Amino acid sequence: MPVDYIPRIQAKYAQEGYPAYKWVVNSDLPPWQPLRRPLSTSRLGLVASGGIYIAGQVAFHYKDDTSWRVIPTDVKTTDLRATHFAYDLADARQDPNVVFPIDTLRGLVSEGVIGALAANAYTFMGGIYSARRVQQELAPQLLERLLAEHIDAVLFVPV
Amino acid sequence: MSSALDITRAVNPPRAVFLDYPLGHTTGKPHEPALQREILLQALEAFSSLTEPGSIKMLPFRWSDDQAWQATAQRGADDRRPRYDTPQYQTDEDRRRAEAAGS
Repeated sequence: MPVDYIPRIQAKYAQEGYPAYKWVVNSDLPPWQPLRRPLSTSRLGLVASGGIYIAGQVAFHYKDDTSWRVIPTDVKTTDLRATHFAYDLADARQDPNVVFPIDTLRGLVSEGVIGALAANAYTFMGGIYSARRVQQELAPQLLERLLAEHIDAVLFVPV
Repeated sequence: MSSALDITRAVNPPRAVFLDYPLGHTTGKPHEPALQREILLQALEAFSSLTEPGSIKMLPFRWSDDQAWQATAQRGADDRRPRYDTPQYQTDEDRRRAEAAGS
């Protein structure tokens, strides 16, 4: 059976003495936009929350860091780094594609499955306890950047 | 993508693809490009196959035969690090490069 993470997080917050974990529940029907063109002629964006940065960039901190990084989609995979407090980083540090599938996506572009990638991908460190700050700060900033990439669709890769 | 089904159901995005792997492997296993490619191909296929807002496509891949990792994850092994409020570099070299770039 898939792991139930919400009860685990509730227990963790209680154990650490935080106020009760109030996870986001979106009951309304989500907005829906069908793809306007086949994926093979689409430009695809990538946003990932596993704390990926490029060597030389400032790394994420772990206390409600709402910053984001720009990762050009022609980045050298060996220049990618991972930092996060809430998951085991061992495999992401061995092969960033497990949480930031850049080689996989580039391969699918070469194969013609995807038309193109956006010029830049965007990453953040998703362990942010303030949903309000995500909604009011991080998400609008990412949206503005994504719109400027002129993409047809975006792949979100959470951890 | 998602590897946390209960959280994704609560978030209720327009479309989602669930991969039942341990956290930190949302798009595959390390150094297995053929598997990573298959995962992403099946995930991207959801752009055309999912037609109802809020749908979640379940991918068929299993992390291991016995899925023992699930019991460990459900118990909640304490694998979180402290929530430091300064940048946490993967290597000291990263820190030096970032600090040099900032000056």
